[in-house]
Amino acid sequence: MTDSTAPTAALRRADLSEERLGRRYAAEKRFRAYGLMAIFAALAILGLLIGTIVLNGYTAFVQTHIAVPVYLDPQVIDPQDTNDPQIMGRADYQGLLRTSLRDRFPDVSGRRDRLKLYGILSNGAGLDVRDAVLSDPSIIGTTQTLWVKSSDDIDSLVKGYIDRTLPESDRRVKDNEIVWIEALEADGAIETQFNTTFFTAGDSREPEQAGIWGAVVGSFYTLLITLVLTFPIGVLSAVYLEEFAPKNKWTDLIEVNINNLAAVPSIIFGLLGLAVFLSIFGLPRSAPLVGGMVLALMTLPTIIIAARAALKAVPPSIREAALGVGASRLQVVTHHVLPLALPGIMTGTIIGMAQALGETAPLLMIGMVAFIVDIPGGVTDPATVLPVQIFLWADAPERAFVEKTNGAIMVLLGFLILMNALAVLLRKRFERQW
Amino acid sequence: MEAVAEAAAPSPALRNSPKMTSRKTDVYYGESQALRDVDLDIGENQVTSLIGPSGCGKSTFLRCLNRMNDVIDGCRVEGEITLDGIDVYRSGLDVVQLRARVGMVFQKPNPFPKSIYDNIAYGPRLHGIAESKSELDDIVELSLSRAGLWEEVKDRLTSPGTGLSGGQQQRLCIARAIAVNPEVILMDEPCSALDPIATAKIEELIDELRQNFTIVIVTHSMQQAARVSQKTAFFHLGNLVEVGDTEQLFTNPRDERTQGYITGRFG
Repeated sequence: MTDSTAPTAALRRADLSEERLGRRYAAEKRFRAYGLMAIFAALAILGLLIGTIVLNGYTAFVQTHIAVPVYLDPQVIDPQDTNDPQIMGRADYQGLLRTSLRDRFPDVSGRRDRLKLYGILSNGAGLDVRDAVLSDPSIIGTTQTLWVKSSDDIDSLVKGYIDRTLPESDRRVKDNEIVWIEALEADGAIETQFNTTFFTAGDSREPEQAGIWGAVVGSFYTLLITLVLTFPIGVLSAVYLEEFAPKNKWTDLIEVNINNLAAVPSIIFGLLGLAVFLSIFGLPRSAPLVGGMVLALMTLPTIIIAARAALKAVPPSIREAALGVGASRLQVVTHHVLPLALPGIMTGTIIGMAQALGETAPLLMIGMVAFIVDIPGGVTDPATVLPVQIFLWADAPERAFVEKTNGAIMVLLGFLILMNALAVLLRKRFERQW
Repeated sequence: MEAVAEAAAPSPALRNSPKMTSRKTDVYYGESQALRDVDLDIGENQVTSLIGPSGCGKSTFLRCLNRMNDVIDGCRVEGEITLDGIDVYRSGLDVVQLRARVGMVFQKPNPFPKSIYDNIAYGPRLHGIAESKSELDDIVELSLSRAGLWEEVKDRLTSPGTGLSGGQQQRLCIARAIAVNPEVILMDEPCSALDPIATAKIEELIDELRQNFTIVIVTHSMQQAARVSQKTAFFHLGNLVEVGDTEQLFTNPRDERTQGYITGRFG
């Protein structure tokens, strides 16, 4: 290139590049805008999802209570004055509450109206009274104002889920009930209180008496079985494949199969559990034991893959260093590789467990979808799990179960977020740079 | 091949009795042959350097001496390698014992992500060398002193070994190798990741260690080979081309290829 041509060439090129540069900047800006839009869209969808659930579900954590002045008649509670909790526990407390309601609304007459009046209280309200009496028997013979649970329809009415302006025939709560409730509201005898039942009870046909504790305990036992099975099996498989196994077509085959297994739809594992664990081995139906075994099959590939990735991430120089000072291959693994890979393995395990916690389909197959009121006491007791409980409640016809469903979803999401946060924390805490 | 035949003859560079010997050693990685018919004696208490262009098999040979190649899939060693006259590849030999006697320092400093103390104490604990805590403390101090690192780290033995500078890390690795009291120390390009000052320190150290240990060092730097070793072996394309007194090899190489390599005509 000669001196005379150089400036023109440079000029020409500068023109071109400016135009090009403009286009390039524009493309870059556009691309960033698309990216931001995608993120906002994702956030909006997430916000919508969580917002709907929270709006529908937060009322599940409170429950309408009605203050009822109840005369704790010794003739009903303990006629023989035995002071025996057994006898006191069997008394008709619901009847006492009914008497009080009759006294409060003396002009209600007729069998049907009376039954309606009694119906504003929960069928379990008597239990609240019984608990009060059993915890302090000295109140027998006095009149106590006790807060007892309302029925689910009244609960929905008070929480505003039932439109009082609708024609009576379209409403679950009738005009006379509304009159009573308004009278009680005027007395200050209606209040929404924290719903402890929701966190302490098992399932129930009555929404105001239903709780998630049974499902939480069921989930706990199920995940316990899953963890006990998958962690040792998964880690040992990963260590063997990564550190000891020769690289040949057999180990290749095993690797491909493990990866394929991770992609098998979970309901297939449920069918397998049904066919093998229940039909052949005769293990109990609906039990966390079987649920955990099925979920273990499902989670195992995830944990093996995560553990292998964590082991691969340990630099070979550490292995060489240990071998060089005379450690055996097992010592290299147990002294150096495994401790260094453990945070990664734990993270993978927790994410696998979180996946198992949210799993419903395989558990339906092995009967964990049954209606179970009792809190499971062990891994062989019939139980259900949180996601299945949500599925069951979503199916229930009562209006009040809508908020229970959303409440249970919030609890499940809470556990999932907690587990994932733990995984992130572990990774951040023990992350190592070489 | 003429040069190999020459090398096979008892080496004139052997001032001391051979600590390790290699006879007709062939190494294969799967189908490909990495080393051909290597005969080499390694004299006791002297530094033997292995030089040659990349891929010539010098590291492979070094790793045969303490069987570090065992863990590589498809690696096969034929021929005879002896330590004090005993074949290290004979069946029934305990590799762990062998590696305690033939220690190794690697190209990249690779301290364990543990404290400085634990880095050194790991080997002695593994082999049960120390009987008590104070004995272990003594071994740690002695090893670090011999590696010339004691003065620099004595106040922070509990801080992580990975927090030291590159040169210090490499000396830590040397101390770690010394701590199990080996007879031979293999060094695989120990200075290639270090700056000239750290390199000078390591070279000085190698010279001191020669009093107590037999050292085999692989290096890409011919100046380094000339500085630290008494005996040099030149490898090329899997063959041991020439072996001799370092001075003689660098000033008056017998083989054309050696001549070419040390004068920088290929490499």
